[in-house]
Amino acid sequence: MSTLETPRTIDDVIDTNASRPLPECQSWLNPLREAGRIAFGKIGWPGKKNESWRFTDLTELKAHNFVSAVDDESVSAEQAAQFAIPELDDVTLVFVNGLFRADLSDETTEGLGEGITCCTLRKAACEHRAMLEPYIGRLTRETDDPFTAMSNASVEDGVFVHVPKGQKGNKPLHVLSIATNGSGGGEPVAAHPRNVVIVEEDAEFTVIEHYVTLSDEAVYLNNAITEVFAAARAQVHHYLLEKESESAFNVSSLYAHLEEEADVRSHTVLLGGKLVRNNVLPTLAGKNAHCLINGLYVGHNQQHLDNAMRVHHAAPDCESRQFYKGILNGKSRGVFTGRIIVDQVAQLTDAVQSNRNMLLSDDARVNARPQLEIYADDVQCTHGCTTGAVDPESVFYFMSRGLPENVARAMLIYAFAAEGFDRMELVPVRRLLASEMISKLPKAQGLSIEV
Amino acid sequence: MTTPLLEIKNLHVRLEDDPDVEILHGVNLTIMPGEVHSIMGPNGSGKSTLSQVLAGKEDYEITEGEILFNGEDIDEMGADERANAGIFLAFQYPVEIPGVSSMQFLKAAVNAKREFEGKEELDAGSLLKHFRAKAEQINVPFEMLKRNVNEGFSGGEKKRFEIFQMAVLDSVLGILDESDSGLDIDALRIVSEGVNSMRDGNRSFLLITHYQRLLDYIVPDHVHILIKGQIIKSGGKELATELEETGYAPYGVNEAVGAS
Repeated sequence: MSTLETPRTIDDVIDTNASRPLPECQSWLNPLREAGRIAFGKIGWPGKKNESWRFTDLTELKAHNFVSAVDDESVSAEQAAQFAIPELDDVTLVFVNGLFRADLSDETTEGLGEGITCCTLRKAACEHRAMLEPYIGRLTRETDDPFTAMSNASVEDGVFVHVPKGQKGNKPLHVLSIATNGSGGGEPVAAHPRNVVIVEEDAEFTVIEHYVTLSDEAVYLNNAITEVFAAARAQVHHYLLEKESESAFNVSSLYAHLEEEADVRSHTVLLGGKLVRNNVLPTLAGKNAHCLINGLYVGHNQQHLDNAMRVHHAAPDCESRQFYKGILNGKSRGVFTGRIIVDQVAQLTDAVQSNRNMLLSDDARVNARPQLEIYADDVQCTHGCTTGAVDPESVFYFMSRGLPENVARAMLIYAFAAEGFDRMELVPVRRLLASEMISKLPKAQGLSIEV
Repeated sequence: MTTPLLEIKNLHVRLEDDPDVEILHGVNLTIMPGEVHSIMGPNGSGKSTLSQVLAGKEDYEITEGEILFNGEDIDEMGADERANAGIFLAFQYPVEIPGVSSMQFLKAAVNAKREFEGKEELDAGSLLKHFRAKAEQINVPFEMLKRNVNEGFSGGEKKRFEIFQMAVLDSVLGILDESDSGLDIDALRIVSEGVNSMRDGNRSFLLITHYQRLLDYIVPDHVHILIKGQIIKSGGKELATELEETGYAPYGVNEAVGAS
């Protein structure tokens, strides 16, 4: 285990150009970092008046003096193994507090499929610059989002994937990010992982971003960005499974660029975190592209789970489908913003958006807002939003068949979520999520559900 | 002397949310094991309220009287405990539950009852065997169990599935709340055959209906007319036929012809 550097805070990075210096072979990334610093300088931390952050208060996040991780934490293979997805045959790359851990990762990524390049971003910057350079930052450099700017300014490591033409990935890639308590020399740690996934024409790939913690008290920030490039007829499945510590902050952004007939399917499940901001930002840039945006946020206690969608239809004949559901208990709060932008050229756009919420307590809240910006005249855009409690008539129906009230409620809450699980192709992921859901539901322990 | 299966004594019920509204004003009814009773009444007479109160719905408050099931007061029992004790309510409008398969639902229900009885859970194989046997008895396609609970079921399928659930749970008292409403003759016949197949001299039924039609298929031992929250007349099955001819007009109720 090596000690890397002195801690550098977010303010250091932004104000004084003090990101951890990149080694020579990665130094071509410096202009992106510089662009990030400049952009953050202009944008600054968003306040309440910033429409995009109206329902999410960053006061507490800003008060922390987040630093980059300096030490490799001792995490055992057994500790890492508990976060494997049962019954899923995948290739796993492990990061601890944002630092890559070869000792915990699969030795080889060959199982992903022939001709697929997969390595850390750090390594890709040095060894596959020609492949990476045209893509990295392409979807994030111009930004009005402070966390994206911060990520650009701090870009350093993450995962790089290149899938050549026609290659259908054999196994999914599991990017496991484990957070521990206290590798920042007393200060909370911030990591800014950057993943770049390039899927060429007619190819297919599945990537699972998975955020977990070894300590439920750990305070830290993960500010993750994944840039997905889906070439013509490519199919990309992206999963975000977020189960951070409930004292931690997570900002996850999925940027995706879809060319003709590309198909990107985003599945997000937010379970952990004190404050989570989940951005899904696809641009449908080629004719007949299709994008599925499927999500579930499950909050309790004081959790704040904010989902910001921005679906950009920039080409004709494309289809987008947004299905987000929230289940909120305790004093938790959910936010859903569904923005759909239809450019003038994007005729015959077919966009659907649905956001449904179930509130399990009097103090849980949700703010939902659709935002449609339509500049084309021949489009079909529908949106719908509902918020309610568990249906008492359904509870009575289940009880009248002998199920105790807590089981009846748990089954109904689970059923509400299950529709979203059914859209996921990976059955082991569904199963894992089902059991995670059940363990989070009040009094539902022991409920056995077949997925 | 045999203990009645169900004994309702001077039952007064009001709405919990609106205590000024009393719906049942002293209902008396005794059902012996093996008997089929029918309660007939016009809209708003309190028929559905009676069925829901028996099943343990919490929107109602019993202000006077009592309900004895197998001789025991069930006032303190929740809907789930009543179901496990053997009371089954076939809903007028069975609830659609997307996301839960019928199979999963019934497995949970059967095992909840077994737990209530202090028995071991049934394993998957025994459950399937049980479901298959009952599906055959009630004439329900086994495929139905793979679909989500009532989701997308036709009116007839929903009612048939209710009777199937009763058979699976082996309940001793079936309360059928307007199980005939919205059914065509074929569906009605299938539902009725399912019910008749369960009549064994011990199991009892309470058929709640507006019309006499259902009683052509499931012949009751006793018929009661419920008007404005009280049973005003009781008799044999001929009372239903009489009612079919006269309507509820002789009892001071004006209903437009064909109203449901």
